[in-house]
Amino acid sequence: MTQPALSSAGLAAPRRGMSDLAIRNLFIIPTIVFLIVFNIFPLLYSLGYSFTDYRASMNDPVQFVGLQNYRELLADEYVWANFTLTAKYVIMSVVGQVIVGFGAALLLNRAIPAKGLLTTLLMLPMMMCMAVVGLFWQLLYNPSWGIVNFVFFTEGKVWLSDPEVALLAIAITDIWMWAPFVMLLSLAGLSAIPPSLYEAAAIDRASRWFVFRRITLPLVAPLLLIAIIFRTMEAFKTFDIAFVMASMDETELVAIKLYKMAFHEWQTGRSCALAYIVLLAVLAITNVYVKYLNRLKAR
Amino acid sequence: MLKLFSRAVAAAALLTFAQLGYAQQKLTILWAEWDPANYLQELVKDYEKQTGIKVVVETTPWSDFQNKAFKEFTAKGSAYDMVVGDSQWLGAGSTGGHYVDLTDFFKKHKVAEIMAPATVKGYAEYPGNSGKYWAVPLEGDANGFAYRKDWFEDPKEMAAFKAKYKYDLAVPKTWKELGDIAEFFHRPAEKRYGLSIYTDNGYDAMVMGVENVIFSYGAELGDFSTYKVQGFINSKESIEALNFYKKLYGYTPPDWGKTFFQEANQAITEGLVSMSMNYFAFFPALANPATNKYAKQTGYFAMPKGPSGKQFAALGGQGLSVVTYSKNKDASMKFLEWFIREDVQKRWAQLGGYTCNTAILKSDEFRKATPFNEAFYQSMFMVKDFWAVPEFAELLTAANKRWHPFIVGGKGTAEEAQNGLAKDWEAIFKKYGRTK
Repeated sequence: MTQPALSSAGLAAPRRGMSDLAIRNLFIIPTIVFLIVFNIFPLLYSLGYSFTDYRASMNDPVQFVGLQNYRELLADEYVWANFTLTAKYVIMSVVGQVIVGFGAALLLNRAIPAKGLLTTLLMLPMMMCMAVVGLFWQLLYNPSWGIVNFVFFTEGKVWLSDPEVALLAIAITDIWMWAPFVMLLSLAGLSAIPPSLYEAAAIDRASRWFVFRRITLPLVAPLLLIAIIFRTMEAFKTFDIAFVMASMDETELVAIKLYKMAFHEWQTGRSCALAYIVLLAVLAITNVYVKYLNRLKAR
Repeated sequence: MLKLFSRAVAAAALLTFAQLGYAQQKLTILWAEWDPANYLQELVKDYEKQTGIKVVVETTPWSDFQNKAFKEFTAKGSAYDMVVGDSQWLGAGSTGGHYVDLTDFFKKHKVAEIMAPATVKGYAEYPGNSGKYWAVPLEGDANGFAYRKDWFEDPKEMAAFKAKYKYDLAVPKTWKELGDIAEFFHRPAEKRYGLSIYTDNGYDAMVMGVENVIFSYGAELGDFSTYKVQGFINSKESIEALNFYKKLYGYTPPDWGKTFFQEANQAITEGLVSMSMNYFAFFPALANPATNKYAKQTGYFAMPKGPSGKQFAALGGQGLSVVTYSKNKDASMKFLEWFIREDVQKRWAQLGGYTCNTAILKSDEFRKATPFNEAFYQSMFMVKDFWAVPEFAELLTAANKRWHPFIVGGKGTAEEAQNGLAKDWEAIFKKYGRTK
């Protein structure tokens, strides 16, 4: 008696429902279309513009100029200065975030009271809007009444108008904001380390430094490296904080240069070329990290 | 049922057409977000009462203003029928085909005769001396100074000043006197400073500030007809002017390296400085006791004279242009006709707008209407502007790159900065085929 019912259900299901292929397409095709329309197409279109003298503010006919934009940009001392400055900023910011973030993760990995609350509070800065953080820190750095000078006993010290320290001041703000991100990933890596390894090391009377160097660091390294990759890419593209906090030559990161070239000066073709140079630089740096990450995983 | 449905469709269609018809009776003006835009929104209510055409003044923050306008132009969009564009935009607006040519309108309505000559030259004509006009002068503006009258009139301060500088403490007539006064009041230990000047290098703030001194020192940015810059921007007078501006920076409050109009007003409202350079358009906030507790103690003066007696002020302000891509060009032209009428200009001035109408500017009623109108009136006949060529933004960037490190960062010398700038500007003009 049950056989016909089963067979009718078995026959009806494929007719009414969607095949696996259809379901897959339903999910994938809109995403691919979205990516093509909003990512791939503009990317290729701007690549085309990078070989022209196109200025979006003018109705002049667009001329193909070959590699001229790239040649001029790579020979421009100001552009190199922007890249050098950006590299300095990336090093200061990422190194600072790793030290502070990883250090905080090591502390939070211990059994301490109100650990959950403390972790949540430490994560608050990265939930804030970057422009607001910039404005907020501008006040903290105020030489007359800012809290930074009060805390460091540097009364009257000018931070954001001093070419020697303005970039460092911005990097400190970035460290404050994004160290929690490194902390979070490091904490995930640290809590995944089996306690048995530490127990074995304790039985062998291994020193704290040995345990850190041979157990903690190698096991947390893949996640830490992922955090570094993300933060390096983001730091390389930093715009908001630096734009809001200072307006010195010594704080003009490459993203700010690109913005000014594209939307103040309307050198559209040239700015597209600069955007591609930045993209290639970010890809090259990321590639180095990814190779290192793969090597770590292979061990 | 069918009857009911067809009635509903007819009603919806009627409503749609009515809305379309209503939409055609609307003009949109794009301007920056500041008080004069609010005054304009108030003024155009009269136009709506008289014609039934609604005029909306759409505003956007200053930092986004140029960007937003030119993005719309680039897309040939019709979102805005008119734009109150910066004077430097004239080149890009006209040669880029974004502005409607108003030369015939100017001739027909004698606009060049009605409005102050400097404003016509600064806000309307491009290229210079070509007799081709692209905007109606709308908001006149220039740099001036606000100062603390109570500090200047304090008998103890007056006596101390006289003892030190051998002349009376009063509103400075020359840049040298202004420098002396700034030095005299600069007392960091008392959290009291000499003055506030523009130092923001994001757009044109610092450049306008430096221009005030350069022009009054007898120097020029270049030859606006031949685009020659060597011997102009790096002349002896220009180098002296830049050195002087750097000297003034030494009398500003600490961390004053990214300052524009907001900080300039803040310097007065917080009682930080004795004098503050700013556009006249921002002075109403200083004269208002609700926004400035020192409003009654604040006075105003026009830019002082240079060493040879020349006296100029950097031009601010904007003209009203009709956008080429507007679907309401005829209606926009009619609005311009209404706007230049003397009664409308008078109302514009009463609301707080800075009229460019010569007759109204010269009237006693206008000059005495506010504590800063007299200084504004004087300034509008001695204004000079930056390059208005389409590549003005690149010229601004180059000036910022040369001047800011010297003034704020203390790097190099004024001579190196001006020689470098002359080289940069030459290269830019060469790139755009203006020179060989």
